[in-house]
Formats: sequence, C-alpha cells, structure tokens
Amino acid sequence: MKTTSVFAAGAAVSFFAASFAVAGPEAEVLHYWTSGGEAKSVAVLQEEFKANGGTWTDMPVAGGGGDAAMTALRARVLSGNAPTAVQLKGPAIQEWYEEGVLADISAVAEAQGWADVLPDSIAGHMKCDGTWCAAPVNVHRVDWIWANAEILAANGIDMPTTWDEFNAAAEKLQAAGIIPLAHGGQAWQDATVFETVVLGIGGPDFFKRALVDLDTEALTSDTMVAAFDQMRTLRGYVDDSFSGRDWNLATAMVMNGEAAFQIMGDWAKGEFLAAGKVPGKDFICASTPGDGYLYNVDSFAMFEVGGADKQAGQALLAELIMGQKFQSVFNLNKGSIPARTDVALDGFDSCAITSAEDMASTSEAGSLLPSYAHGMALRGASAGAITDVVTAHFNSDMSSEDAVQMLADAVANSM
Amino acid sequence: MTEWLERHVPKMVLAPSFVAILIFVYGFIAWTAWVSLTRSRLLPRYDIEGFIQYERLFASPRWDTAMNNLFIFGALFIIVSMFLGLMIAIFLDQKIRAEGILRTIYLYPMALSLIVTGTAWKWILNPGLGIEAVIKGWGFESFEFNWLVDPNMAIYTVVIAGVWQASGFVMALFLAGLRSVDQEIIKAAQVDGIPTHRIYSAIIIPSMAPIFLSAFIVLSHLAIKSFDLVIALTGGGPGYATDLPATYMYAMAFSRGDIGQAASSAMIMMMVVFAIVVPYLYSELRAKND
Amino acid sequence: MTDMPHPKAKTSSLSKTVLRWLLYIILCLFALYYLMPLFVMLTTSLKSLEEIRTGSLISLPRDITFDAWKTAWSGACTGIQCEGLRPYFWNSIQLAIPAVLISTLIGALNGYVVAQWRFKGANLIFSMMLFGCFIPFQVVLLPMARMLGLMGVAGTIPGLIFVHVIYGIGFTTLFFRNYYVTIPHELVKAAKVDGAGFFRIFWSIFLPLSLPIVVVTVIWQFTQIWNDFLFGVSFSQAGTQPVTVALNNIVNSTTGVKEYNVDMAAAIIAALPTLLVYVVAGKYFIRGLTAGSVKG
Repeated sequence: MKTTSVFAAGAAVSFFAASFAVAGPEAEVLHYWTSGGEAKSVAVLQEEFKANGGTWTDMPVAGGGGDAAMTALRARVLSGNAPTAVQLKGPAIQEWYEEGVLADISAVAEAQGWADVLPDSIAGHMKCDGTWCAAPVNVHRVDWIWANAEILAANGIDMPTTWDEFNAAAEKLQAAGIIPLAHGGQAWQDATVFETVVLGIGGPDFFKRALVDLDTEALTSDTMVAAFDQMRTLRGYVDDSFSGRDWNLATAMVMNGEAAFQIMGDWAKGEFLAAGKVPGKDFICASTPGDGYLYNVDSFAMFEVGGADKQAGQALLAELIMGQKFQSVFNLNKGSIPARTDVALDGFDSCAITSAEDMASTSEAGSLLPSYAHGMALRGASAGAITDVVTAHFNSDMSSEDAVQMLADAVANSM
Repeated sequence: MTEWLERHVPKMVLAPSFVAILIFVYGFIAWTAWVSLTRSRLLPRYDIEGFIQYERLFASPRWDTAMNNLFIFGALFIIVSMFLGLMIAIFLDQKIRAEGILRTIYLYPMALSLIVTGTAWKWILNPGLGIEAVIKGWGFESFEFNWLVDPNMAIYTVVIAGVWQASGFVMALFLAGLRSVDQEIIKAAQVDGIPTHRIYSAIIIPSMAPIFLSAFIVLSHLAIKSFDLVIALTGGGPGYATDLPATYMYAMAFSRGDIGQAASSAMIMMMVVFAIVVPYLYSELRAKND
Repeated sequence: MTDMPHPKAKTSSLSKTVLRWLLYIILCLFALYYLMPLFVMLTTSLKSLEEIRTGSLISLPRDITFDAWKTAWSGACTGIQCEGLRPYFWNSIQLAIPAVLISTLIGALNGYVVAQWRFKGANLIFSMMLFGCFIPFQVVLLPMARMLGLMGVAGTIPGLIFVHVIYGIGFTTLFFRNYYVTIPHELVKAAKVDGAGFFRIFWSIFLPLSLPIVVVTVIWQFTQIWNDFLFGVSFSQAGTQPVTVALNNIVNSTTGVKEYNVDMAAAIIAALPTLLVYVVAGKYFIRGLTAGSVKG
C-alpha cells in the first residue's frame, strides 16, 4: 500500500503509516456536488484518495443548496449509520459538534500547520472548542457584481463603486431600454443581494454587528432602513418576470445583453466561461459597491465512526483536502479560490486572482466577513428568519420601517 | 380449536397491519407531540420545555401565510380536481373514439416526478418565457398572465399545476365507477325516457359514493402533503407567498435545524387534518353501516 | 362502436352532431392542457444547450439532437460517477416491485376483512388506517430513521421496502375495501355454507373478481413508490439510492452549470417505467372494468 504523501510533514506520515498497517483507509463521503464542474472537482479528490490506497464510497445528494443532503445526514446519524465525511459549512459544523457526533482531526491539522496557511476568520469556522473538526476546500466570494462589457461601453458606464453610482447607472440603462439588474426571485438570491447591500451601505463593521452578532440596535438602526430602501430601489431595476428564476438564467440575461448587471457569487463565472465568454473582454467582474469581502467556504467535517480503516480514511481525507495540489486543481474546476493562502495561482483567471488579492487584504483589514445568505454567519434558524423578512419585503410593497421592525421580531423569535 | 381459529382468522389477518399502523403512525405522532414541547434544534432532544414552540409558531407571519395557503390551495385543489375528474370521466364515457389515447394523456402527469415537471411549469407560467410571451408574440400585446410573479395570485398557479397532476387519476377512479354501474338500470331509465343528465345526477353519481370517498382521501392526502409541487414550481415564492405547512415544516426541520418548531407545525397540521377528515370518515362509514 | 339507441329522446340528429363535436373539442382542449408540460420537456430535451441558452425556452427545436438523452442515460454525473441514470434504475426496480406486491397483497387481505368479515372494532381500525394516510412524511423521517437503525436495516433496500409497505397499507386497504364492499354478503354466506374457509373464499371468489382494483392499486402504489424522493434520499446510502435521487442529483445543482436538455431527458427517462405502467395497464384497466361490471 502506498503511503507516501508529498505534502505531509514527517510526523503525520508515520502517524498514517501506523493506521494503514491495520487496513486500507475507507471513506463514505456525503456531499452535494453532483453535476458538471462540481462533480469533476470532487472526482479529483477521489482520485487522490485512491492513489493513496483508500477506498472511496460516493454518497451524493443534491438539492436546495444542501438541504436534501442535510435531511439524509440527519436520518443517517439517527439510525446510527453516520457517513465518514460530510460536506458541511459555517456554524452548522459547530452545531453538529454540539450534538457530540463530530470527530477530532487536530492531529492532522497540527501536523500540517493549518493555522499558518488559513486566514484567521476561515480557520475559526473549522474549529470546535479549540479542536479542529473540519477541513476547508475553497473560498467562494459572494459579493460580486457581473456586467456585460459591451452594454457598459455602449452606454458610457463605469463599474459602480458606490450604490449611488449604481443607481445612477441603472437609471441611465433603464432609459436606454435595458434591464439594469438581472435577478432571480428566489429567497436565497434575494438574501444574496441584500447582504451585499448591507455591506455596501453600512460598511464591514455594521455588517458584522447586524448580520453576524445580531445586535438589535444595528438591526433596527437607520442604516438598516437605508439598506431596505436600497432594496426597494433595486426592485425597480429588475424585470417583471424575475420571480422564481434560476440564477443561471439571470446570468444568461447578462450574457445575451438583455440585462446589464447581476449580483451573484463567483459560481456565476462558470456560466460565462461555459458559454465561451472572456473575463475583462465580454464580461466584467468586480466586487459589489463598498468595502469588505463576503466569503462562502465549503468544507468537510468528519463524523465519529468506529473502525480503524474509517478513521484512517478520515485522516487521509483531511490531509488531502488541505493539500496544495488538490486546493489548486479543485478550485480551477469550481471557479472559486483555494482556502490556503500559500497556493500558487497559476492558471487562475483574472477574477479569481482579484478575489485572492482581496481576501488577503481584507483579512488584514478585518473586513473578511462570513456570508449570511450562504449559511456562513448564522445558525440556520436565525439566518432563515432574516431571509423570510428580506424576501417578503422585496416581493411586496412593505415599507422599510416595517421591514426593520419585522426583522428585529423575527430574529428574536428565532432564538 | 379449528373453529376458534376460523372465527378469529379475520382479526389475525388484520392484526399485523394494525400493530404497524399503531407504531409507525400513532407512535410517531406521539413522538412528534413530545418533541414539539422541547427545544430540539439540529437533532431531537427530549427535555420538555412547555409550549414555547407553539408560541413561536403563532408569532411567525410566515406560518400564517402557510396556513392560509393550505386552505385556499386545499379547497380549490380538491374541488377542481374532483369536478374536472368527474366531468372528463362522464365525457369519456360517451363512447368516445380514441378513448384509450385520451385516457392515457389525462393520466400520464401522475407518472412524472415533479422535480422536473415543476421546471416545465415554471417556464410555461413565467410571463417572460411562457404563455404570456407566446400570446403577446402572436400580436395580442395587452394579454397578461403573470400569476406566477404576483404574490397574491401565485398560489393559484400551484393549484393549476396540482390539478394537472392529480385530476387524471381521479378521472380514472370515476371512470371505473361509471363503468361498474349496473347497465340494466341505465337502460331501463333510458327506456323510460329520462334525460341523460338526470340519469347521471339521480342514478349513476349517487351510486358512486365509495368512489367519492376514495377520491376525497387521495386528493386531500395530496393537498396536505403537497411539497414537491411548491418546491419545484415556486420554491415558496414570490417571497414566501406560496409556502404551505409541509414546506414550512421541512424548512424548519431540515434546512434551519429547528426541529422543535417543525414538530409544533406538524402537530397543528395534524389537528387540521383531524378536524376535516374525521367527521367526513365518520359520516361516510356510518352511512355504510346502517 | 355505435351510439346507444335512444328511443324516446328524439333530439334532432343535427344538434346531436354539434354536441358530439363540442364534446370532442372540449376533450382535445383538455388534452392540450395535460400535454403542455410534456411538450416543453420533450422539445427542450431535443435542443442543444447553446440553443436553450440563446433562444426561447418553449419554442420548437431548430436542430434535433439526441445527445442529451444519451448523456442522461449513461453519461451525466450524479456525483463522482458519471454513468447517468442507468445504475440507479436497478435499485428502483428492486425496491418498487416487492414493495408494490407486498403492499397490494396486504391491502387486499385487509380490505377483504374490513368489507366482508366485519368484527367489532373493524371499522375503527379501518378509520385509523385511513387517517394514517394523512401523516406528512416529513414527520416520520427522523423516528423512522431511528427505528430502521434499531432493526438493522438502515440504508438497505429491504429497509426502504419496509417503509413503503407500512405507509402504503392505508391506501391499498382503502381501495380494496371500497371495491369489496360492493360485493354482496350473500356470496360469502353461501360459500361458508358450502364449507369454504376464510382464505379459500378469498382465493377462489374474491381474488378472481379483483382485477380492476388490483390494477388501480398497483398503478397508485407503483407511481408513489417509484416517484418517491423523500424516503429514498433519507433511508438509502451509497449503492442503494433509487433513481429519483439520481435524477435529483443531475437536475439540482446550486453552483454548477445547468444543462436543461439533460435534465428534461433524464426526467422523461426516469418516468418511463411509470408511463409504461399507465399505458399498458390502462388497457387492462378497461378490460378489468368490463369484467367488473358483469359481476354480482
């Protein structure tokens, strides 16, 4: 059995070698990356796992941004048949830890020095009570705004850096008969736009107080009213049939020149690239107006399982996930950037390189923040309660003041 | 001994099913009731905390919407499907040519999984892509059909797709009923010169009471459990305007890690079902017994 | 097929023809309503992704291509494996056939007891079973998972069969009970006088009469079980996932590129067995019904 590993420290290698002597590492992996580029990305991990003598059993469950996978996970845990490794992210990791079902992977993490290569705020998500309990695979940036380059040039518009500039540009586009904002009216997409607006209008500190710490004062502040006002303004910039539209159809509107902008995470880039569009030439990527960086980090958590072979599988998996090679290949396929900051970005496109640079600078400035809309900032119940209000406001004629009041009530009721 | 066995054999045949239902339906309802009194989050816990989950539930505007939708959707879905099913069955019973093909066309929606037919419906009903766009393209510029994106009307699009899926099966049930009515009686009535619509309303339809029971049970079961339909068609939107109790419960239990809240909503749903179904069952079965 | 003679109802033949035409027009309009989504799915599955991305979603395909169908059947990724729906079909068949047969048989026996062998409390038990039809499946997921774990069948196909049988009993019993209730009690009485026992009467009198209701029950159960996603996704593990879970894996991807043509083709492929049951059984349905109407 081949036990060598190009990136592990010597200590780690001997640790694994000891486990391998018992049986080959095994892992049943529950994940929700099932189609196209996503599936190819996971396949990279599986191949490396195999090359190191492991047996990988695939347990894919897609749907609802992982909802279906989480349903399956609960059933599996309750039936005493937990999968070895599970795609989990954000505070859900800590929630599962509190149920006492997660395994400790600190041995691998410390041997490999994860703490030195991950941005602090991202490392924080991977720890439970001081021990390492999950391994990050990528960083998606959420606060992107995508634009059709041709339309912007034709109308003499630069990428907006403030929401006022954005509004001015949108008015101009509307007058020219172009839909300013391509948007899909699904709750999570409404929430995605909302959080970028809060970040842009309130700034990183306000974002943190309101959507991470759930500070009542921030939630009911005038700044929050202003954020809802901007949402109302944006509502005027989307076309009439936006309800229920999939995000990728909105992306297609930007590509086809029907619409000028879309606010969406960097997975939208995959659609542009799949259609043969070139970043910088056909489409432009920029961060949404304002400072800061909202991240959405995918990770794998290891569940408490019996058997040396499975435990060896968990250690090997954790080691591989954080390996430089995997982090690079995976993210090239997926459109995101490596979670490790020391991976060479050869071959990544200009949007990804911007993303990596911004991640480094915002990490230092303290404005590298978790995305609430993608389940990184809050526990499910609170995040869901906020989304309910945001989407109800966006899809009705509710006043911003009422929305703010509802927001505070909903957050209190979700505790 | 054999005589005793002979006398009790019916009970023994029914017993395993009875025990299974007792455990897997009523036992689980009791379990849910218990959990609804706890602070369960990600996984069920069993320390009773009182009625906090019910208080949270009734304070939630989204739950209000979900319950309202259940009544609108449930009533329309059941009535329209029954009416349409019965009507098509009667039409098909008129010695129609190509009945086999038509019947299959009406029936097939039940065979398709909503995971994807939802997408097709979403496109058809979307004003920018579907019917509205097509008819506008024909030159009727003022034509409007934008229920899908109107929070006040979106629930009716769920009814349209729901009826599409279920009415064919109801049609089949009714057709089965129509065909098993004694032909002699009908012939006799025709000989007496009773008009066709009277034959249906006075003789045939009343004799189909058990079919109505089956259809009602099937439809109300589908209405209560309508979950895939909403998820695939509207995702609960615009906003949460088309949320139903089943989707609310699922969201709480599985995407939000709020199992206690989900359990309390399940209990309320069950009470609603109980209030509607039990009187109906009682009257139906009572009538049969006499 | 000729019209039934209506000796007394002397409507003029002209208005009769008009009515007849009207009837056909109405039926065809309904047929259009029912066919619309299938039309959208079929046309989309025959388009190239390029055409979907640029064109109208519900127009006819410009160039027909069957690539999407090939991909859906044997090439689409449902996770790491990119073998399409094919491997999952077998799981679904292994699961659906026993589950349908067992639940139909139990339903027939239960219905027979409730309709013809009434004992004290039989109606109450029947009502309890019916009420069981209404329990939302989301409610039973977690306790059921625990039970399956305790029974040692978590994640297996027998476990899934068990779940489907349990929650199918209510409906199958309902269907058979409503059918058997229309059979005169004298039949059982006469048979008993002849010395036939409980099972003998069921086997040689009731079962032969049951074809139409067996067809209805099988259609219902097969549709429910084949199309089930919630149980399939919760109580399976790698290797036992049914076809709906695979379909969902192909169709649902949050951050991947969406291939609508493959999605639609996959959906139609996944539905083929149920469609087949409807088309084939629909025929027996009518034959059975004719047989049923001569009964009694």
